[in-house]
Amino acid sequence: MQAMTYRGPYRVRVEEKAMPRIEHPNDAIVRVTLAAICGSDLHLYHGLMPDTRIGHTFGHEFIGVVEEVGSSVQNLQRGDKVMVPFNIYCGSCFFCARGLYSNCHNVNPNATAVGGIYGYSHTCGGYDGGQAEFVRVPFADVGPSVIPDWLDDEDALLLTDACSTGYFGAQLGDIVEGDTVVVFGAGPVGLYAAKSAWFMGAGRVIVVDQLEYRLAKARSFAHAETFNFAEYDDIVVEMKKTTDYLGADVAIDAVGAEADGNFLQHVTASKLKLQGGSPIALNWAIDSVRKGGTISVVGAYGPIFSAVKLGDAMNKGLTLRMNQAPVKRQWPRLLEHIQAGHLKPSELITHRVPLEHIAEGYHMFSAKLDDCIKTVVVPEAN
Amino acid sequence: MAYTAERPPQKVTSEQLRDLIPGWGSDLDTANRPAWPKERFDPGASGAHWDFPERQTPEGPRERSIEHRFLTPVFGTAQPTRGTSGLIRRFAYARFSEARAAHWLLLVAADRVDFVGSRATALLKGRPDNPISETGILSEVSRHGIASRMGTPRVDLRHSWMDPILVAAPWVVGGYLALRVGRAFISRGR
Ligand SMILES: NC(=O)c1ccc[n+]([C@@H]2O[C@H](COP(=O)([O-])OP(=O)(O)OC[C@H]3O[C@@H](n4cnc5c(N)ncnc54)[C@H](O)[C@@H]3O)[C@@H](O)[C@H]2O)c1
Ligand SMILES: [Zn+2]
Ligand SMILES: [Zn+2]
Repeated sequence: MQAMTYRGPYRVRVEEKAMPRIEHPNDAIVRVTLAAICGSDLHLYHGLMPDTRIGHTFGHEFIGVVEEVGSSVQNLQRGDKVMVPFNIYCGSCFFCARGLYSNCHNVNPNATAVGGIYGYSHTCGGYDGGQAEFVRVPFADVGPSVIPDWLDDEDALLLTDACSTGYFGAQLGDIVEGDTVVVFGAGPVGLYAAKSAWFMGAGRVIVVDQLEYRLAKARSFAHAETFNFAEYDDIVVEMKKTTDYLGADVAIDAVGAEADGNFLQHVTASKLKLQGGSPIALNWAIDSVRKGGTISVVGAYGPIFSAVKLGDAMNKGLTLRMNQAPVKRQWPRLLEHIQAGHLKPSELITHRVPLEHIAEGYHMFSAKLDDCIKTVVVPEAN
Repeated sequence: MAYTAERPPQKVTSEQLRDLIPGWGSDLDTANRPAWPKERFDPGASGAHWDFPERQTPEGPRERSIEHRFLTPVFGTAQPTRGTSGLIRRFAYARFSEARAAHWLLLVAADRVDFVGSRATALLKGRPDNPISETGILSEVSRHGIASRMGTPRVDLRHSWMDPILVAAPWVVGGYLALRVGRAFISRGR
């Protein structure tokens, strides 16, 4: 089969690979019909995630058709069209039993601090991902869901990560009616988070980024006020000014490890890999919220330490909430939002590239060319 | 205002927002929020029909964090450890917990060894890597690299000049070393 493979920092290619096999009775093999490139893939692509091995196939955002099921699979059969959450999880460990699906203890021998994720290095369990024609899906009775007839494929695709993560990120903010919510990052995750903040009753939603075309999307798609941080000397002061020097009630970090805006932080993290991630957006979030406020972190960071301004967070009495999104928990309610017309996830898709051109897709998304927001990858087998 | 007791008044009222924004307030009630509360004990909810999953059979030694009691019942088999990088990785896993910087720094070092080794192997096999197609750099032309950056305040332009250097560094260093070795070889031959 054809699969995207990692060849080292900033390099990927498509290779002929062996077909994935059923390795456990509850495995399924899924033929991928659509995959997407996520902001998280950029951390791997830039070589920021430890134990990303040459030959690894990325891709944790995908939908497809069940090709084969293991002997103990009861809920799926060959031919089912499924959406697969980016989390790999057993459904039965201490954490899964409590709904913490992204924190499963039974699927990742390499680390206890993170659960299992498709195509996300050996640090996240060593599973090849879905930017390929076929993929092994462990715990087929737990993760995947059959795509409802009325749901568009591209909407289903975005529910497997970006949209569910944004919605989850807004919930982590514990928003109450009338809150001012500032979202750092106008990538797909930040845009869905901004949109979702209104569902929870926000009184104001502000989005901060440096890419004008994405801020335009934040205004049209998420009805948000926007600030381009590259146009201000100090974005934190702007956040104070616009909130009458109180600060926002809630800040959401939807940027993560590759945050920009501070040369030293960015270069030591993203380029030199001396930090687990550059916490610029997180530090701005900490300094932009009011005392007693809440920070939601859905931006992803690596396992190495980062220079976070914990002192300010402590002295301000902030609540910091964060996690990888437990995706499937979000689905029933998100499907209701989509059906009610509150949200159309696929509105953020800007590019569709065939799998064979995935290297260009990565460069375009990484360098933010051609007004790229979300790129969908279409494998050849279709 | 922050200096007195009351919140600054909402510029757009909740009633107005409800009219303006599709779905506004539909999840005001935390009962509608699927992630609330954080932990909800409901072992039956996931679809799992086991207390503890059957164990996947490892096909060889499988590295694991020493913070785990045993090899997890299910695990990935995508790229088993191999070669020198594999030695480093297995040592990092066996010796240091996730709490130790050494664990991660060794894994990062192994990633670079793996990278250099894979390049060399590909070259020796006569199927060298193609830096043009693998970096996707041609999308700079097809996806308007210049127009995407010109006239924007993008701050990444302050350091994106480093990217080609970081990408090319292994080649420059490797080429330089090869040149030195070659020269030494030639001068010794004279
Ligand atoms: N928690 C989860 O489950 C989960 C799931 C998916 C993605 N993520 C993470 O969410 C983050 C965003 O993902 P995405 O797909 O939207 O990525 P993306 O790369 O498309 O978006 C990131 C955006 O942040 C902007 N940015 C950079 N520095 C900034 C700063 N200092 N302040 C404000 N904006 C800044 C960039 O210009 C870009 O628009 C990534 O870190 C990703 O790994 C987490
Ligand atoms: Zn993702
Ligand atoms: Zn579990």
